[in-house]
Amino acid sequence: MVDLRKEQQVINMVEWIERPFILGAEDVFYLVMMAFFVALPCSQLGAFLVLRRMSLVGDAISHSVLPGIVVAFLFTEDLSSPWLLVGASGAGLLVTFMIEMIHSKTRVKQDAAIGIAFTSLFAIGVILVSVYASKVHIDADCVVYGKLVSILDHDSVTMLGYDVPKPLVTSAIVAILTMLTVIVCYRILLLSSFDPGMAASIGYRPRIVHYALMAVLSMVVVTSFQAVGAILVIALLIIPAASAYLCSHRLKVMLLLSGVHALISSVMGLYLYVWMDCSFAAAMVVAGSILFLFAWFFGPADGIIIKAFHRRSISLGND
Amino acid sequence: MNIPALETHDLTVTYHKRPVLYGVDVAIPEGNLVGIIGPNGAGKSTFIKSIMGVVPSSGGWVKIFGKPLKESLHRVGYVPQRESVDWDFPVTVMDVALMGTYGRLGLFRRPGKKERMIASESLDKLGMLPYANRQIGNLSGGQQQRVFLARALAQDSDLYLMDEPFAGVDAATEAAIIKLLQEMRENGKTVIVVHHDLQSAQEYFDMLLLLNMRLVAFGETKDIFTQELLHKTYGGRLTVLSEIAEKAAKQGKDVQP
Repeated sequence: MVDLRKEQQVINMVEWIERPFILGAEDVFYLVMMAFFVALPCSQLGAFLVLRRMSLVGDAISHSVLPGIVVAFLFTEDLSSPWLLVGASGAGLLVTFMIEMIHSKTRVKQDAAIGIAFTSLFAIGVILVSVYASKVHIDADCVVYGKLVSILDHDSVTMLGYDVPKPLVTSAIVAILTMLTVIVCYRILLLSSFDPGMAASIGYRPRIVHYALMAVLSMVVVTSFQAVGAILVIALLIIPAASAYLCSHRLKVMLLLSGVHALISSVMGLYLYVWMDCSFAAAMVVAGSILFLFAWFFGPADGIIIKAFHRRSISLGND
Repeated sequence: MNIPALETHDLTVTYHKRPVLYGVDVAIPEGNLVGIIGPNGAGKSTFIKSIMGVVPSSGGWVKIFGKPLKESLHRVGYVPQRESVDWDFPVTVMDVALMGTYGRLGLFRRPGKKERMIASESLDKLGMLPYANRQIGNLSGGQQQRVFLARALAQDSDLYLMDEPFAGVDAATEAAIIKLLQEMRENGKTVIVVHHDLQSAQEYFDMLLLLNMRLVAFGETKDIFTQELLHKTYGGRLTVLSEIAEKAAKQGKDVQP
């Protein structure tokens, strides 16, 4: 009797686990991989944004790549053209430069400068989209929320006998390049984020590091654009890093945990998407936020519970 | 004559077109422990930051051991103010000490066994080796400053520029730091320290550099630490001086009750 109930439970669980696969095993795999390859590079760069207290600059870049994409598209008329990456990076660097100029040449502080620079560029992008609406097949919804599932409708490339959607290949390449950059430049990023003064004094050129980071960030943001949109990409930049920050006091571990967060929220996002039949990107971000709450409560470095425990042991020690 | 460890000519720095440092001409001979003294906002930190190229200078030049900064980067160590970094940053004491070896490693080589040895030795010298695996946020102010100095020690430079290493540290740390600085000098290093406490300046440093936007005076402590020059540096801020005088008087009383 008991065994039977247990068996039924196991069957239920297996059914639940299998549920997304009604989409087809290959498609499910592509979706999760796409989500992961978008979230992974975001999580790594996001870690440095959070540590450099530049989360808002990530926000700025994610919005201001829009005019870059539109302009590049008007020239190439191809949404999967690599020139879109160039256009987006250009726009990303432009907004970084604008922020720097406004706040170094006037008395306007950095937060206000960010508010001025990216909204202006985003507005220009919105105007461009509406003026060239007939030519540009970027719809406003997609810009704001993204449409991860749409990768399945795309042209595909045949790899090892599988028809892999083109955007997935692009995202995978960008993810791998970003990971390599972070690994190779790890020490440069570490020192120039922790102590820009010393970094400059040993010849690391923190300003160049800053602009290079922004250029890579723009590229990553633009490849995630189609999948998650301009607003939700900010979540992919900040939430994994912030969650990992609460779980570890070591940068390497923090980067690793950010990547793990990206993976878990991709898988959790898939289930939420299938269950609620909603936007995949939004589901992924909600999953990520739930993980953040977990980190907040149970984080071994700064979690509420560990803090309460420490406080208690300190007061006990005093007795 | 020997080449000075540090020479600046007409060094000028401006912020938003307002000069903060104006035409500083100085040549600091090798092997000295030098204190930079001046009132708040006199440009003491700016002076060493502009020497290191952390802050751009708008005029003049800097030579380190007779060469421009770029060619002698590996011979200079810069210790920023403790407050200038985020102590919540996810790095350990060991990680920070290892940063001292980055300059020697170049851009992409990773620190190996040798670098770890150097970092450990430096930490040990400042009594911070037992804390090697601690996150830096869990340290006291004095301990944080010791970590910064261990990092400088790991750099193994010939010239050091330190920004307020004595600010906000406990007495034990202050004693440990001054002992370390003196040891560095015995080993032929040149150490230039931004210092805010006039009273201890006299006993700590061989040479003093008085700064108030312009260079007021530079020379042997005994020639520089005079009422007249200090007055010139601190201008109308007599309170500062009278405080010092008071403190000195009090100490005198303590010595001979």
